Amino acid sequence: MTGPVEDLVAFGRRLRAAGLPASPDRIQAFATAVAMLDPLVTEDVYWAGRLTLCADPDDIARFDLVFTSWVYGHDPRYRLIGDVAGRTRRDRVLADVSGEADDQSDEAGSDDDRPIGLAASNVELLRHRDYPQLSSAERAEVRRLIAVLDPVGPPRASRRYHPARRGLLDAHRTVRAMLARGGEPAGLRRRARGIKPRRLVFLVDVSGSMTGYSDALLRVAHAAVRRRPSTEVFTMGTRLTRVTRELRHRDPDHALVAAGRAVPDWSGGTRLGEQLKAFCDRWGQRGTARGALVVLASDGWERGDAGVLGAQMARLRRLAHRVVWVNPHVAKPGFAPATAGLRAALPHVDDILAGHDLAAYEQLARVLSGTVPQATNKPLEIPVADQGADRVASASASGAGGGNDA
Amino acid sequence: MEETRRSDLAEARSADDVRRALAEQDYLADQGLATAVFLALRMGRPLFCEGDAGVGKTSVAAAIADALNAPLIRLQCYEGIDAAQALYDWDFPRQLLHLRAAEAAGLNDAEALEAGLYDRRFLLARPLLAALETDPCVLLVDEVDRADDEFEAFLLEVLSDFTVTVPELGTIRAHRPPVVVLTSNRTREVHDALKRRCLYHWLDHPTMEREVAIIKRRLPGVSDRLAADVAAAVAVLRGGDLLKPPGVAESIDWASALRTLGADHLDSLAAEATLGVVLKYREDLDRVRANGLEVLAGVTPESA
Repeated sequence: MTGPVEDLVAFGRRLRAAGLPASPDRIQAFATAVAMLDPLVTEDVYWAGRLTLCADPDDIARFDLVFTSWVYGHDPRYRLIGDVAGRTRRDRVLADVSGEADDQSDEAGSDDDRPIGLAASNVELLRHRDYPQLSSAERAEVRRLIAVLDPVGPPRASRRYHPARRGLLDAHRTVRAMLARGGEPAGLRRRARGIKPRRLVFLVDVSGSMTGYSDALLRVAHAAVRRRPSTEVFTMGTRLTRVTRELRHRDPDHALVAAGRAVPDWSGGTRLGEQLKAFCDRWGQRGTARGALVVLASDGWERGDAGVLGAQMARLRRLAHRVVWVNPHVAKPGFAPATAGLRAALPHVDDILAGHDLAAYEQLARVLSGTVPQATNKPLEIPVADQGADRVASASASGAGGGNDA
Repeated sequence: MEETRRSDLAEARSADDVRRALAEQDYLADQGLATAVFLALRMGRPLFCEGDAGVGKTSVAAAIADALNAPLIRLQCYEGIDAAQALYDWDFPRQLLHLRAAEAAGLNDAEALEAGLYDRRFLLARPLLAALETDPCVLLVDEVDRADDEFEAFLLEVLSDFTVTVPELGTIRAHRPPVVVLTSNRTREVHDALKRRCLYHWLDHPTMEREVAIIKRRLPGVSDRLAADVAAAVAVLRGGDLLKPPGVAESIDWASALRTLGADHLDSLAAEATLGVVLKYREDLDRVRANGLEVLAGVTPESA
């Protein structure tokens, strides 16, 4: 027979398995909360658990599910078996796109042991090879190079002041300096606004048509999350999933596997317009997209209504500082924005970039940091890239400035 | 009367007691929120509230403060907020003045002068320090997601052990930890280390019956019919896929606007005149007008 505390701990383990942040200190708080309410009243136990064990609105649905099965005694194994089966299937898909992710993570440090001299001479060749067509060794090399990309948003004025040579008078520091001299007058101290990178938001399409590319693009997003924790990453397929938390892992392979577990619709269909709307409703309008640089990685194959996509893109553009569309097919010979979704979206895009090879990812990192000439607000013209043309199609790259500052 | 009121919430023995105490302050909480407040009071943990704009995150702190008969100390967060604005600051001009005055008086005991310079009376208490020094009180850390993450780490330190260390003075400790309510609009993810120390509550829009009750409680002059009409119309709007679905705050405003116009029920004419009170986006206004305002009016049967 197990006691009530063991029951609660077992419940916590189940919640952790379902992906809730039920850490030991939270479970302790849960036990305390239950003791203060009536442990025999289901509703009291429910609220005690929900208040102490959830940390996010997304957690609440999962909590409800586990709670119901715990209290009403549905055999949770059914659920678990389904979960595990689903997980392995997704892992396989992920392993497909990411090669031998699991093997690699098992032997940490194998990356460093590998002689890099050979690889370095190949970097130039690798740079222009389509990502999904790489062999697994080449792909590992490209991944390593993506991991050292340094994607950081374009600068904006920070609200935080710091000491400076010129700028506003810093009364505090001036008086403090005077105090240090026993009240004798001292030179005036000044302060100025600092500079801070804008937030980056990645919306990565993980539908079937993006297979092969979404792995690399999520790795770029991972590099950005590692660089600045304020970065947000979402995957879009048949539903919108936030994977920022999963991508916080230091190791890219671990992070990608964790993200793959969190995404229920890997390699499914896409309803871009609806997912964008979900993003704007739940995150963008509240502030996540405000003043941010939003990177939308998709091929624009829209199964839903293209009108919705256009309207939501317009809304996103009004919220965000810039909207960058990364499309793996842009650099392909004979590319033209033929899909209805892409046509509807393009008027509301600031830059359109290729996303198929390492060179494109490097260019993306440069565009993000604002170190390349930026497009104006002129309507976008897609260069119909021919074979020898520049791989990167940047939106009408004339003039400077532009963008709608939020 | 005041005294008994205070003891109501401070000595609440169950979530129902909390609900009654908050209702006396015209705040109608549901079971979840009442339990959350009860546990926050009993466990001495901060209450972390998230939810759509206008569901009553901030006003719950005000209601708790009123029910406890304690002052509400509010810290509004914004980007760039730092210790000098949230915690404490030395009153430099007064310190200088003190120095000059001492000099003029011919005091030259340097050690005593220096010790006197960093005295508590020269310390300006900002909201967090003020909350530690006021007993009892309710500390509201509003829109914590607007502050940058550097500030969060610092907040964590104060909220975990309710002490503040001033290098020149020593450690200031709260006699009794204040009741703390944090709110967030989810513009960014607040760090888990902070959430872990809190009770997390997600506030939903109230049910229609509760909304009617809230409107009538807040606006005693509103007729039953009007309150029911407004609550029903707002429920329709919330189901209508808008950019910004109206919150409880908007329905109260709307009912108040309609009452000011002398309406005792909601018809399409009155709705047209006052739609800007509930909907603040042009797209939303267009969409609702295109669907016809009759949908909003007369949702409630005549018998209501």
